[in-house]
Formats: sequence, C-alpha cells, structure tokens
Amino acid sequence: MSSGTPLVALAGNPNTGKTTLFNALTGSRAKVGNYPGVTVERRVARVQLAGRSIELLDVPGTYSLAARSADEQIALSAMVGLGGLPRPDVVVFCVDATQPVRGSYLVLQAQELGMRTVVALTMIDEARGVAPGARALSSALGCPVVEVDGRRRTGIAELRAAIGQAVAEAQAAGGPPEPVWRWTPSRDLRGAIERVRAALPPDWPQTDAMALWALMSVGDDDELTGVPETVRRAAAGGEGGGRPAGTWIDDEAITARYGWLDRTVAPLVGGAPDRSFTERIDRVLLNRFAGFAVFLGIMFVVFQSLFTWADPAITLVEAAFGWLGDQARAHLPAGIGTDFLVDGVIAGLGSVLVFLPQILLLFFFIGLMEDSGYMARVAYLMDRIMKSMNLHGRAFVPMLSGFACAVPAIMATRTMERQRDRLLTMMVVPLMTCSARLPIYTLVIASLFPAGHVMGVFPVQGMLMIAMYLFSVLTALAAAWVLSRRVRPLRARRLPFVIELPPYRVPRLADVTRMMWQRSSMFLREAGTVILACTIALWALLSFPRTTATDYDALIAAAPSKEAAAEIENQRAAELTRNSYAGRLGRAIEPAIEPLGFDWKIGVGIIGAFAAREVFVSTMGVVYSAGADVDEESATLREHIRAEVREDGRPVYTPLTGLSLMIFFALACQCMSTLAVVKRETGGYRWPLFLFSYMTALAWLTSLLVYQGGRLLGFE
Amino acid sequence: MTLAELRRGRSAVIEAVGGERPFRRRLMEMGLLPGTAVTVRNVAPLGDPIEIELRHARLSIRRHEAALIQVAP
Repeated sequence: MSSGTPLVALAGNPNTGKTTLFNALTGSRAKVGNYPGVTVERRVARVQLAGRSIELLDVPGTYSLAARSADEQIALSAMVGLGGLPRPDVVVFCVDATQPVRGSYLVLQAQELGMRTVVALTMIDEARGVAPGARALSSALGCPVVEVDGRRRTGIAELRAAIGQAVAEAQAAGGPPEPVWRWTPSRDLRGAIERVRAALPPDWPQTDAMALWALMSVGDDDELTGVPETVRRAAAGGEGGGRPAGTWIDDEAITARYGWLDRTVAPLVGGAPDRSFTERIDRVLLNRFAGFAVFLGIMFVVFQSLFTWADPAITLVEAAFGWLGDQARAHLPAGIGTDFLVDGVIAGLGSVLVFLPQILLLFFFIGLMEDSGYMARVAYLMDRIMKSMNLHGRAFVPMLSGFACAVPAIMATRTMERQRDRLLTMMVVPLMTCSARLPIYTLVIASLFPAGHVMGVFPVQGMLMIAMYLFSVLTALAAAWVLSRRVRPLRARRLPFVIELPPYRVPRLADVTRMMWQRSSMFLREAGTVILACTIALWALLSFPRTTATDYDALIAAAPSKEAAAEIENQRAAELTRNSYAGRLGRAIEPAIEPLGFDWKIGVGIIGAFAAREVFVSTMGVVYSAGADVDEESATLREHIRAEVREDGRPVYTPLTGLSLMIFFALACQCMSTLAVVKRETGGYRWPLFLFSYMTALAWLTSLLVYQGGRLLGFE
Repeated sequence: MTLAELRRGRSAVIEAVGGERPFRRRLMEMGLLPGTAVTVRNVAPLGDPIEIELRHARLSIRRHEAALIQVAP
C-alpha cells in the first residue's frame, strides 16, 4: 500500500467517454507525459475528494489486460503496479451503458487480479430505456456502480463520493482485496496456472490471475518487456510438464468470462440502443459518393487551415521576434553578447513558437473529429488504400498535415492506438513536401530552369514543382511499404484490425481546447527546449571563431558610399561564415557531397538548413556575399547562384546540380525540430537517430544516382 | 460460410474463430465468440472493411480477417 497520496486509476474500453470523465473529475489541471519506454500518453491529476487529496491516473483505453506488446502491457502495469509504476488503491472503470457486457469483461479481469473496483456507467443518455439499472449491475459485479454523464456533468458528485468511499475502505483494509473469480478453471488449466505461478518473480503479485495473464499473453513473437525467462519457460509448458499454453487456454478463459457476463449482465440490458441518428448521418458520410466528397472537403479545410490560415499567425510570431531582435540590437552594445541574444536566444524562441499556430489548429480539428466520432470513419473510409502500404487508416490525417509541416503532423500520430502504427507513420511523415522545402525549390527552379513550356502548354517550372510533390508522396508510401517489411518494430503484427464505430456525438469544446492546450504546452516544454538548444548550437557553429584575414572595419571606414559599405559588410559576413566551424565542417564534408554535384558552400548551406530547411536560402545569401536578408525571390541571390564557378571554371549550378539538390532536400531529414519532436513522442534517441540516418542515406544515394546518372547521359 | 461472405443486412451466429493465437484471442475478447449473433450492417465504399453489429456494438473489420470467422445463418 502506498504511504503517500492515494492513487486512483481510471480505465475502460476505448470510446466510453473516459477522457471526458477524467476532465470532469479533475477540473483543469493535469500533468501530461509518457509512460516510460513507450509512446503511450500518461495523464495524472490531483483531485480533492471529501477533504482528501488523491492522484487520478488515466489508463490508456483497452478491451483486455492481456497484451502482446510493450504498449498494450501498460494497462496491466498501471493497474497492478508493475515495471516501476505505483499500484493504484482503487480502479474506476468506465462502462458504456449501451454495451455493458463488453465493458464489464475488463472489470472481471481486474477483479480476478484482486483490484478494488468502482464502475462509472457512462453514455447514459444514449442508453435511454435500455441501460442496466445501477443497483442491479452493482449487485451483479459486486462493486459500486454510479451512473454518470461526463458531458452534462451529472453524477460526478456521486462518483466522487463512491471513489472517496472506496479509497477509505482501501486504506482501512491496508491491502488489496481478495481476488474474485466468476468461473472455475478446468483441471488442465489449474495445473498450468500453478506451474506458472511458481515461476512468478517476487516483485509481481503472487496471484493466479497473474499466472493466467502470462499464459494468455506470452508467446513466441510477443514484444512484452520485463517478463522473466522463468515465466516464459513455464508459460510455454517447458517446466514441470503439462500441456503447452495455447488456444485452449484462451478459449476456456474468455468463454467462461463471457458466459458469466451473458448469464448475469446481459439480462439487465433492455435491448439495443437507438442508433437511428447515427445511421442517418452514416448514410451520407459513408456513402460511396457523398461520403468521399465530404471527406475530401473536410480534409481540404484541415489542409487549408495549416497551409494558409495559420500563415497570419506565423507571420505575426516571426514579426514579433524580429522586432524583439531589432529592439535588442538598438538598445544593446554591438558585440558577441548581443549577437548571442538576438541570433541565438531570441531567434531560437521564435523558431519554437512559430510552430504553435499549426499545432493549435491541427489539434482543434483532430479534437473535433475524434470527439464527434468522425475519426473512426476516416479510418473506415481510407483503410482499403492505407493498408496496402501497411499504414493505419488514421495515418491519413498526419500524412496530409505533413504537407504543411512535419512537427504538428508527427504529434498528430497520437490518434492511432497502436505504437507500431504511430512509429511507422512518424518515420514516413517527414518525407512529405513540407512548406519549409518550398523556398528551396523556388530558389533552385527559378535560378536554374528555363521559364519556357513543355510541348507549348505545360510551364517547365510549375511542372517541376508538381513533380517534387508527387515524388514526395510516392517516396513516403514506398518507404512505409519497405520499412514495414524490413524493420522489426514497424512490421505489421498479426493482430486483427478491428475498430469500433462509435455513435456520433456533439464534441465538447472544453475537451477539445483542453487537448489543444495540453499538446501545445507539452510541445513547448519538451520539444521546444531541444529546438532552442539546437538553434543556439547552430548559431555558435556558424558564428565562431570570428576571424577574418582582411581588416573590414578599415575598408568600411574608407568606403565611398553607403552601398559600398553594405557590400563590404556582406563580404565580411561571407568570410566569417567561411572561417566558422560550420564553414570548416562544410569543407570537411565536401568529399562526401562532391559526387552529388555539391561544393563546400552548398555543404555550409546544408548544415545551416538543419535549423529549418528554409534557412538554406539565407545561409546561401551570406555565403555568396549577398547578405542574410535575401529570400527565394531575390534576384541578386539568383544571379550569384548562376555566376558561381568551380576551380576549373565550370559553373557550380547546372539544372542537373539543381535537381540533385532538390532531391537531396526532398529526402534528407534536414530539420532538427522534426527530430526533436520525434524524440519527444518516442521518449528516446533511438527513433530520431533511425529517422535521420535512413533519410540521409536515402537522400545521398538518390542524389548520387541522379547526378552521376545524369552525367553519364551527357547532362552537365 | 465465413463472415466475409455474409451479405449486407444478413445475420448469422459465429461458429468458430480461426487465425493465429493473438489474432483470435483479441477478437474473442472484443466479444466475437462462438455462439454470438452478428449482423453485417455496411460495406465501406471501397469494398473493404465491413461494418458489423454484435453485442450492441458497431465494429469495422477487414474482409480477410472476417474470412477467418466461420458463421452459420
């Protein structure tokens, strides 16, 4: 028993109104993080119950405690207190009043494990006339049952009282209650349970139910963590003889539990809930023609909002931090300290906050789609297409968002339940043509490709831009296909893809805004700090050491005009960058990028672009002495680019180099913010490192193929 | 016959759930047990997956997975 604050866990099947209930019980404050080692969200909040303070823990929605992978295992660990997690004193189960039999299956498992349970009977409004009576269900399940409506906030006071009472009983008892089994295992199963129970490690609860859990969960290809070899061997039947674990155990346990539920709980139900409202909507939204029309319309709105509507807010953030930088420069003495503050800290903060408009907008739409029940329909409609690449139907929204920016898109992978689906989507979303790649494509295309038309009608430049978009979609889909076959944790596991199609519900704005707030603050706190640190590190790489061979101050003092002085200032910036660590790094990697048609100056640009791809343009501006204030439309920068020559006098930039450069940026993960957010979402360095490595290797190889292949074909 | 062959609007009773162990365990825990009545309610516009009703719930299941579930009308 925990000595400190009592811990109450909130569990239940997906789509039972668990999050709404969590919000209703906790008011406004919740700490959001991840469970250790998995990309499963963990939310905890402190709640005052009858003068006592308790911690309320949100357990991920699940149908069963049996698990096949580390992320599914979390539900058990959080409820039993395994893997370093504290054991809750009370577990509250959300049971959908329209389908209490399926919901109670989880309650039975918990009672077998010896948990003190309270049932919150949700969706009472949808179950009008058919819901089981709370008192009857309570005597059937042998635990308190409270009818609640988290959306209308009714029954919350009663639920709080019931939880408070259960916590008081738990503390008075001083230990977990006796396990309750509604069925008697056969002799064979008894033998298997005893065999495994003898092998359970000392830090696991020494119960029959834990042994049964191992018998049903452990298998040849499971991805569970923290299951000792002794348990595995015993569960596989290797120790002490007896029948090996197998489908017979599943059949016996599941049939026995459902048998009891069908006899005891099913008779309490009045019949099927009225679904006519949902069916009427589905007739349109799942229609072959209207359904896809509406779907495309909604997706267009989401895309537009990220791509266009977020723009004023993004511009505002950029302008605000630009203004802040200018103010700092105007009021502080020029020097390295001010440079650090302006180009490192202020610019870094700006580069973090600039993501907020898109994150807020995307999660606004995701919240509406989730809470209304439409997101399940997205998966239903798109599954046929997405599954051919082994992607989840719900991966469509993150991948579409990737066209705007990979950072909110990667955060949006949370709409998928399984870790494997989330990881695979995260690994391919950064291949989509995000808006930060557009300035690079614009600069390269406008500088190096003719403005003419192919066959008299198709503009060359526009067609190239469309080709780059198509290329990114095809590579992302191909990458998903290959990764899901070649990388073990991303492999499609042999689990059924069965999703619930919940009734349509009116989304609660309070729940949606709470999610927007939680996602944004988590991004600022955890990914933001990494992005800020990287911006400062990149600034230092590009700024130190500060040595020039020429005395530019004397030259500027002697300059005949303001324009000439500015010109000299640009030359000074170029030489500083050339001599900087980034400049040296650019030269150091030149042998590696030369086969792609790049010189060391492009190498410096590639290093600078790590801060954000569009920074490539301004870095090239500095390197080519055109000043840092250039953008992709700058005529000066385009002239500089066309005029660059190699040592032997050949031009650096040809259409072939340009193509190679665009393909490199299309494929390489030149974006520390993407890596920072993947690190945050996956809780470690393994996946961001994998993402960076595979994308860089892919980019290098493809650019090599294009450049060298092009030369073989006689292009320059 | 299998659940994948059941026509839209038709009901049947599950006779057996096939497939590998984790697959069938998961389906059974979601309530797709032998003896359970199931109705095909809808087919997705692209022909797959299908929407089924059982135990007052609506579930989406892929055709090749439904083909592993034996049903009797």
